[in-house]
Amino acid sequence: MSKFSKKRGKADPAISTASLPDIIFMLLFFFMVVTVLRDAELKVRVVTPYASELTKLEEKSLVNYLYIGKPTKQYQATYGTKPRLQLGDKFSEVRDIPLFLEKHKVKVPEAKRPRITSSLRVDGEVTMGVVQDVKTQLRKSGQLRVNYSAKKTPD
Amino acid sequence: MARKSSRDRMSNEINAGSMADIAFLLLIFFLVTTTIVEDKGILVKLPPWSEEEPDITKLKERNVYSVLVNAQNQLLVREQPMRVEDLRTNAKEFISNPQRREDLAEKPTKAIISLKNDRGTNYDTYLRVYNELKGAYNDLWNELCQRKFGIEYSEDLPLAYRKAIKEEIPFVLSEAEPTNFGEE
Repeated sequence: MSKFSKKRGKADPAISTASLPDIIFMLLFFFMVVTVLRDAELKVRVVTPYASELTKLEEKSLVNYLYIGKPTKQYQATYGTKPRLQLGDKFSEVRDIPLFLEKHKVKVPEAKRPRITSSLRVDGEVTMGVVQDVKTQLRKSGQLRVNYSAKKTPD
Repeated sequence: MARKSSRDRMSNEINAGSMADIAFLLLIFFLVTTTIVEDKGILVKLPPWSEEEPDITKLKERNVYSVLVNAQNQLLVREQPMRVEDLRTNAKEFISNPQRREDLAEKPTKAIISLKNDRGTNYDTYLRVYNELKGAYNDLWNELCQRKFGIEYSEDLPLAYRKAIKEEIPFVLSEAEPTNFGEE
């Protein structure tokens, strides 16, 4: 009897899983750092067009998003079906752009400010008129780095 | 006696087996809620705002490649209707002018692309046209880069290389104020 128990005590067959949580936590933190939670709920329908000459946006913190498209079904009753501009999480007018840009700018360190990019996420069916107004306002506000968001054309 | 001592040893360590499960739950929660949005697009540098329109009339006509897109999404390139599919090859020929033709650009540094659209033009069409024009330049840069350095052109190249390339073929695209046609 005593012989048997001694044997078991010496050679423990169980593999230690104590480090498993640490590994998983590392994975978790990796994902938490890498991914950015979508802060804005889309209130306009945006299906970006296809293009082939694409550039990747590197630093997410240096990008501000401007959405242009028709309001989605639930907002059509109040806002109609004409293409609208969405800044942050609300419908906006073109004249609200400078304030929006400024609010984003103060969050960015001064050295990185020249690299701020505006990502225009525009629905393919929108006409150029509203886009042009936004572009003009961006130029007037001195925000000249603009990225027309598009999907890669499937080969 | 032996059994008792082994039980004592067991109770001393905290059971960390469920820690992994908890961490897994958190991990899966984050995996599900976050979307890795690959944001790609056509990077454009807008010209600074000025009240007066840039005057392209004083440029030589042979150096200007005018592209007009109307509210019906039709293309007019140097007074000739054209399909979007043909725009890239045509623009490339205009910029590089391999046969030294009299009616095309004198040299790539003098070539100017002038893009004009209506307010009623579809954004989709506009972006396709812009994409083709940018693609034409990208192709030319690539060819030049292959000839000069024997490597493919990309944005990851050292700055000196890119500068050398862009000095020979600068990307000059001027966008005129759109005409008020076909606004919804």
